[in-house]
Amino acid sequence: MGLRRFHGMAFLLTLLALWELAAQAEWINALIVPPPSKILKIFSELTWSGQIPMQILVSMKRALAGYLLAAVVFIPLGVLMGLSPTIHRLFEVIVEMLRPVPPPVVIPVALLFFGLGDEMKIFVIFFSCAWPILLNTIDGVRGIDWVLLNTARTFGLSRGKIIWQVILPACSPQIITGLRVSLPIMLILVVISEMVGSTDGIGYFVLDSQRRFKVAQMYAGMLALALLGYTLNQLFNFLQRLLLPWQRGLLRRGDEG
Amino acid sequence: MNQAKPFNWLGWSSFALLLVAWELGARATPKLELYFPPVSRILSALGQALAAGSITQHALVTLARFAEGFLLAALLAVLSGVVLGYFRFLNSLLATLIELLRPMPSVAIIPVAILLLGIGDGMIVSVTVYATLWPILINTIDGVRNIDPTLIDTGRTFGLNRWRILCQIILPGASPYIVTGLRIGLSIALILVTTAEMIAGSTGLGFFILDEERAMNSANMYAGIVVVALLGYMLNRLFLMIESRAMKWRHGMMARQAA
Amino acid sequence: MPILEVQSLSKSYRQAGGETTVAIGNITCQVEAGEFVSFVGPSGCGKTTLLMSIAGLLAPSSGRVIVNGKEVSGPPANLVLLFQEYNKSLFAWRSVLGNVRFGLAARGARSTGAAAAEDKARTLIELVGLKGFESHYPWELSGGMQQRVAIARALAYEPEVLLMDEPFGSLDALTRLELEDTLLRLWAELKTTILFITHDIEEAIYLSDRIWVLSRRPSQIVQELKSDFSRPRHQVTTRADGRFMELRNDIYRQIGNQGAP
Repeated sequence: MGLRRFHGMAFLLTLLALWELAAQAEWINALIVPPPSKILKIFSELTWSGQIPMQILVSMKRALAGYLLAAVVFIPLGVLMGLSPTIHRLFEVIVEMLRPVPPPVVIPVALLFFGLGDEMKIFVIFFSCAWPILLNTIDGVRGIDWVLLNTARTFGLSRGKIIWQVILPACSPQIITGLRVSLPIMLILVVISEMVGSTDGIGYFVLDSQRRFKVAQMYAGMLALALLGYTLNQLFNFLQRLLLPWQRGLLRRGDEG
Repeated sequence: MNQAKPFNWLGWSSFALLLVAWELGARATPKLELYFPPVSRILSALGQALAAGSITQHALVTLARFAEGFLLAALLAVLSGVVLGYFRFLNSLLATLIELLRPMPSVAIIPVAILLLGIGDGMIVSVTVYATLWPILINTIDGVRNIDPTLIDTGRTFGLNRWRILCQIILPGASPYIVTGLRIGLSIALILVTTAEMIAGSTGLGFFILDEERAMNSANMYAGIVVVALLGYMLNRLFLMIESRAMKWRHGMMARQAA
Repeated sequence: MPILEVQSLSKSYRQAGGETTVAIGNITCQVEAGEFVSFVGPSGCGKTTLLMSIAGLLAPSSGRVIVNGKEVSGPPANLVLLFQEYNKSLFAWRSVLGNVRFGLAARGARSTGAAAAEDKARTLIELVGLKGFESHYPWELSGGMQQRVAIARALAYEPEVLLMDEPFGSLDALTRLELEDTLLRLWAELKTTILFITHDIEEAIYLSDRIWVLSRRPSQIVQELKSDFSRPRHQVTTRADGRFMELRNDIYRQIGNQGAP
C-alpha cells in the first residue's frame, strides 16, 4: 500500500512539475492554463482573505438545506412506500414520471417560482436528491428479512415501536447508501444552479471568474470545489462511524460478500 | 422472474387525479397561470412546438450531443479501465491523481471548457465526455480487479496469451460492473448535456427550457421538460433492452440469488 | 520416455512477515503416457501448489518439470489443469456448449471449421453425460454437472496430460462415485494421461494405476504404491477385493503416521 501511494504521489508531482515548466516556458498558453504555483498562490490568498470560505459557506447553506429537506421528506415516504404495497402503488406512477427528468432541467422551473434566491437552489437540490434517497429507502425496507419483523411482533411490540426500533435500524444501511449517493448529486446541483442563476456561491464564483477572465482564480475555485467534495465525503464517513458504529461489521461483511 | 405486473390502477388514477387537479386549479386561479399553466395549455404548446418542428430540432441536437458524448466516454473509459485494472503498476501511478480529481463535481469543468473551447458543440460534448468517463472508469477498474484469479488461471492453462485473456475472459468477466458504470454514465451524460446547454448553449433542449422561462412562456417551458423526460425515459429503456440481451446470462443468475 | 517428469521440484513462498514457507519440499517422479496416477496426502500439504507448478502456472523455486521432453516454463501447450473450484473456473457468460467450444478454440490449429467444431463439442457434452443441456448456463446446473462441463471443456482441448485438482472434493458422495466412473470411461476412450489429486484414499485407489503418498508440508513423496486391480474397474467388485482395503489401510497408516495437523 505504501509503495502504491509513493508511485501515485511521485507521478502526480511529476505531472505538476511538467505543468509548471510548460506554463512558465510558455509552451502552453499561460493565460489559459496558468502555472500551478500561481493557482496555489491565488488559492491561499483567497482562502486567507476569507473570500473562498465565504462562498463555500453560502453554497453549503443552500445545499445542506435542500439535502436535509429531501431526507426528512423522502425517508419517511420511502418507509411508508416500502411497508405498504398500496401506498407504493399509489405513488409509483408519479415517481416514475418524475424520475427521468434530469435534475438540471428543473432549474428554470425553480427560477420561475423562486427567482434567483436561496429557495431556488434548495428546491432544485430537494428534487435532485429525492430519488436516490427515496428508492434506496424503499429497497431497504423491502429487503428486511421477515424473520426480523416476526421476531419483533412475537415480543408484542406496537406498530410504532416496530418501525422505530426494528425497521429503521434494519434498513439503515440502505438508507445510508441513498444518502451517500445523494451527496455528490447535491454538490453537483448546487454548482449548476449557481452557474445558471445566482450572484454568489462557489459555483457562481468559478463561472464568474471565467467570465472576468481571472483564470487563475477560476482554477483556484475548482480546487476549492475538489477539496470541498473530499471533505464532505470524509465528514459523511466520520458521522456514519460515529452515529452508527454497529454498522461497520455489517458493511464490511457486505464487502467481503 | 418476468411475471407481468398487474396494471397499477391506483397509481395511474392518482397520477391522473393530480393532472386533473392541476388543470382545474390552474383554470380557477388565473393569478397562478404563470407558475401552473393548465395542463391542456402545456399539451397544446407541446403540440404546436412539435408541429413547428422547433422542439424536435432542439431535441435532436441534444440527442446528438448526448450520443456523441456518451459513446466516446464509454469507449475511452472501458479501454482505460481495463488497462488500469489489469496493469497494477499503471493503476498505482494514476491512483493519487484519480483520487484527487474524483471529488470535484464534474460540472466545475464547464468554465474551463468554455475558456479552452469556446461555446458550441465541441465544448458541450467535451464536458459530457469528461463527466461520463468517471463512473464508467471506476466501475470498469473495479470489475477487472474483482475477477477471480482462477478465471485467469483457466485462461492460462488453456494456453491463451495475454491479449486473448483480456478479450475473452476479462472483458466478459467484468461486464456486470461495466454495465453498472454505463447505466450511471447514461444519466450523467444527459445531465451534463442539458446543463451545458443551459449555461452556454444556443440550441438544445436545455437551452430551450431556460430560454422559454426567461421569456415567461411557462407552458412552453413545461412542454420542453416533458420532452426531456421522454427522451430520458426512452434512452433508459433502450439501454435496458440492449443490456438484457447482452447480459441474459446474468439475469438468470441474479434471479436465482434473489429467490 | 515418460511423458511427464518432475525433477527435484520444490516451491517456497515468502510470507508477509518475512518468513519463508516451504510448500513443496523435493518431489521427483515420472509418469508414462496413458497412465492414471494420483497424489494423496493430508490437507494443506501443498497438493494444489504441486499441480499448479507442474501446470506451469507457478514457477518452481528449484527443480524442473519436463513434459514431452520439453522443460516447462509457462503453461505447456499439451497440458491442461482442471481446477478445484469449478464454479470459479467456468465462464458464467457462456452456455455449456460455449464453454466446451472455448476448449476447442483454445486448441486453435486443430479445429476444422465451425460446423465440425460444434459437432465435436456436442459429442463431448454427450460423453460426459450432459446431452440436452447444451444451451444451459453454468448457474443452472448442479455442482456435479458443472464439474462435467469443466471436464468436457478440458477434454475439448485434447490435452496429452490432464491435471485434476481434487475435482470431486466438494460433491456429495453419490455424485462422486458417478463421476469417478464417467472419468474412467473417458480416460479409457481418449487415452489421455491423467494426474489426479485427492484427499480421498479410496478414490485414489479406485481410479489410479499408481499412487504417491505425500507428506505434510514441506511435501515429499513418502511412498509409491501400485493399484493394479483389473480394468475396467467396478464400484462394487473392485472395492470388494480384499487387497483394496489392505492398500487403503496401508496408505491411511502412512498418512496417519505424520501426526495431527
